[in-house]
Amino acid sequence: MEIHFSPEQLAFRDEVREFLKQELPADIASKVRLAKHLSKEDHQRWQQILSKKGWYAPGWPVEHGGTTWGPIEKHIFDEESAAAGAPRLVPFGVNMVAPVIIKFGTEEQKAKYLPRILSGEDWWCQGYSEPGAGSDLASLKTRAVRDGDYYIVNGQKTWTTLGQHANWIFCLVRTDPEAQQQRGISFLLIDMATPGITVRPILTLDGDHEVNEVFFDDVKVPVENLVGEENKGWTCAKYLLTHERTGLAGIGASKAALRQLKRIAAKQHKNGRPLIEDTLFRSQIAEVEMSLMAAEMSTLRIVAAASEGGVPGSESSILKVQGTEIRQAITHLMRKALGPYAMPFLPEEMELDYDGDFLVDDYSASLASVYFNMRKLSIFGGSNEIQKNIVSKMILEL
Amino acid sequence: MDFKLTEEQQMLQETAQRLVRDTYSFEKRQEFSASDAGFSREFWQQLGELGLTAVPFSEELGGFGGSGVETMLIMEQLGSGICLEPYMESVILAGGLISQLGNAAQQEELLGGIATGELQAAVALEEPGSHYNLAHVETTARQNGGDWLISGRKGVVIGGQTAGKILVSARTAGDVRDQQGISLFVIDPNAAGVSRRVYATMDGRKGCELFLDNVKGELLGNAGDAYDAIRYQSGRAIAALCGEAVGAMRTLCDLTLDYLKTRKQFGVPIGKFQVLQHRMVDMVSELERATSMATLAACLADDEDSAERTAKLTAAKFVINKAGRYVAEQAIQLHGGIAMTWEYNGAHYAKRLVMISHQFGDDDHHLEAYADQLSLA
Repeated sequence: MEIHFSPEQLAFRDEVREFLKQELPADIASKVRLAKHLSKEDHQRWQQILSKKGWYAPGWPVEHGGTTWGPIEKHIFDEESAAAGAPRLVPFGVNMVAPVIIKFGTEEQKAKYLPRILSGEDWWCQGYSEPGAGSDLASLKTRAVRDGDYYIVNGQKTWTTLGQHANWIFCLVRTDPEAQQQRGISFLLIDMATPGITVRPILTLDGDHEVNEVFFDDVKVPVENLVGEENKGWTCAKYLLTHERTGLAGIGASKAALRQLKRIAAKQHKNGRPLIEDTLFRSQIAEVEMSLMAAEMSTLRIVAAASEGGVPGSESSILKVQGTEIRQAITHLMRKALGPYAMPFLPEEMELDYDGDFLVDDYSASLASVYFNMRKLSIFGGSNEIQKNIVSKMILEL
Repeated sequence: MDFKLTEEQQMLQETAQRLVRDTYSFEKRQEFSASDAGFSREFWQQLGELGLTAVPFSEELGGFGGSGVETMLIMEQLGSGICLEPYMESVILAGGLISQLGNAAQQEELLGGIATGELQAAVALEEPGSHYNLAHVETTARQNGGDWLISGRKGVVIGGQTAGKILVSARTAGDVRDQQGISLFVIDPNAAGVSRRVYATMDGRKGCELFLDNVKGELLGNAGDAYDAIRYQSGRAIAALCGEAVGAMRTLCDLTLDYLKTRKQFGVPIGKFQVLQHRMVDMVSELERATSMATLAACLADDEDSAERTAKLTAAKFVINKAGRYVAEQAIQLHGGIAMTWEYNGAHYAKRLVMISHQFGDDDHHLEAYADQLSLA
């Protein structure tokens, strides 16, 4: 039993650190640190840099442009990236639809879609949730009816993150309305430029445009865009969800946020002294730091088990709950650090090109917004209550 | 980085597991607890015969220089049986202090016996006013001719009721809470001037209050310089307690899960109710956190002294105190009335888990300690 990294792993960490130091654009890192809005161009710029290095899709098989990294190397890369202020990769293409195409797709589909994900030519979004299908995803109603070489798709998807930037969407659609809930569902790739698709923004409670509604009105989708077998789409969906959950603990992002919290608490004052010297506030930081330490150890245990060939099972559900609660606790403390100055709502100060005076400081305007925005963490990717249902059923067999 | 056990470690784990399973039924435990010693002398002897009390010590003493990981493996098994023997107190803590501070003659005289189990030692660090601050030492020692004479009161000395030797911290210089000026002495509990008030503890063990009136003690290490060793070794004790807590938590979670599947109300097993399912998941989630931190503590326990080691051991105890209390309270709640009875074994696991938080610092103590050293970067 050994918790320290091996010399090879340490050398790899240094290589990643050096790469990030040289290549991560300072303006992007600064936006991430201050929780400012990232543009589509920001995301794409960072993606190109990673692609050029061959590190954009480390989890893919080498023949498709991936790496030979094991789970520990991937973990180190994620940690270091988050620590350096690299943006979290928009996962829908590289880490969600791609693994499904690699696992279930035809050779033609792999040849068509994977290179365009690597190059950044395609921006994918996810068409899962519907107004009537949230945690109960299998009750989705969007219909796809076979008509010759096409499916005709009608229905509505929602909570489509960054759908406003996307040119492709992967959808779960109902192809057999008679079948039991999960049976008649198929996994379909749809070009967003197809006539009949409308994207409408949803403003979130923090005033941000991050998610959308997507409407399908007699949308013609070629049959070759079906991934896997018709009516077997749930298999793809489940595979994808397991893939998604392992990354949802967000340890690296929480560590970066904790560092930012300490910087803020050193600048904000109470009773004439930095807030970080306030016993009560400081002990709350200490508490969340210790929880994060435990979650990080749990992640390492899962990662180490995975590198021995184990499959991350329902432990990742427990970790999703713990990790998201920690991140939310940190954003709560950041908001509290501002005192009454958590109240002013100043979206203009959240843009990086803002050149006016800051009401408090460059970090302050986003803190209350981020706190509210991060409430999503315990809702998406399978709500924390759904995760508990999974553990209850799969591990505890209750 | 890996979390696999070596073959030797697996064998050690199995040895401890088999011993606890075969000899420590709940009924037996209650008999041991009610006995004069407060634990099983036979079981203690078996721990010695199987070499388990020698594990952390050198080969000459019959051990194999086992580190925190080996300690954790043993302690987990002792925790899963809520065993009453003062293994941590004698082998880990007293053994560790003597190894760190004792001269060659003292090591030879005392460690051999601790390693075989023939000598059961106890350690007296707390006092009525110390409240987990091990630098708070009012007990004094003064030199009289060639002798050190110790006077004062030490509190809640677990295993002190049967110990062959007791290690006592006493002040030889400085003020009550100074880290400098604390010394460690070995005393014979039957020496003149020692009186003990023996009591049972909430978790079924036994301990004592130690009243010392000019008791002759043998100095361990240099006078006035014992605090660093006490702090370092209490870190090893914390790691051991973390392992024990994980063993006890796991068993208590298993008992509770089993109960949810068998107990019926409203015509169904109560585990069919989602509110209870989620509570059970929360317990398992706490167990998971605790396991991670016990592992971290075990890996660091025998590392060189450093601020990082101290901080992480502090964090481990904090997380485990909270987890242990959560599992204990929720286990009682999910069992309902039956867990309120003396005859139900789960209740005794719950008591031990809560009492672990009263050894070497509760969550407030460790939160404060962690916050004090908080790195600002």
